[in-house]
Amino acid sequence: MQNMKNSFNNNPVKVSFEALPENQSFARTVVSGYLALLDPTVEELTEVKTAVSEAVSNCIIHGYEGMGQGLIEMELEMIAPDKLEIKITDYGKGIEDVEKAMEPMFSTEADNEMSGMGFTVMESFSDKVQVTSEPEKGTVVVLIKNLDIYYGR
Amino acid sequence: METELLYVCEDNSLTVRLCGEVDHHISTGIRESIDFMLDECSVKTVVFDFSRVTFMDSSGIGIVLGRYNKMKASGGRVVIRNASGLVKQILEMSGVFSLMKYEEGEEGDAEHEKQL
Repeated sequence: MQNMKNSFNNNPVKVSFEALPENQSFARTVVSGYLALLDPTVEELTEVKTAVSEAVSNCIIHGYEGMGQGLIEMELEMIAPDKLEIKITDYGKGIEDVEKAMEPMFSTEADNEMSGMGFTVMESFSDKVQVTSEPEKGTVVVLIKNLDIYYGR
Repeated sequence: METELLYVCEDNSLTVRLCGEVDHHISTGIRESIDFMLDECSVKTVVFDFSRVTFMDSSGIGIVLGRYNKMKASGGRVVIRNASGLVKQILEMSGVFSLMKYEEGEEGDAEHEKQL
């Protein structure tokens, strides 16, 4: 037990859920609960929740085209004591041109009042955003967030 | 999760106070509700008050911009009030503050009613 303080456990967690619109808030709740163990600042917590919310809503609205079904996986892991990796995967329609999709204000659904700011928000609130996608296969978004954590706490 | 809208309609302006969490799932209902109110009471100004928003993602931008376009078409305007922290940051990213006026303070009547 006395080594607990200094030992590092990457604490991997994986949840999968259906592409239902209401699961957007479920995903935020999961990541909040995970992060709460690390005693984050209020700002860090909100930033991570917002980035996750954007990524998951992309899966629901674009990946699975708002049909309300399809598998979304969210994997959380500490890749260093102060570095959280969040991997969000869908097996939906994928993105033809990732670079273009990541441009601010780009939206395929402008008529539906989508702002096209999802990826911009993810990039602003995470330290790294990596997107890989294949049309008709799906999309993987990896978010990395550096946390302001005091060692030996 | 509680998300609600409070409306104050007076002097040719409609104040919409968003309360709770605003995400893409919730935003469809919010937009429909606001548009219904706008059709009911024709006003010159719509004020969005964000003071009670506990969480917002980029769907909030769509709500504001959509209403801006609607108001602009009828010669009206949109004002954003009391956005703080990350909510303000998200709105800033989209450049809405170059289109709309921003102000702070001035709690509406609904606020006092609720506290009493």
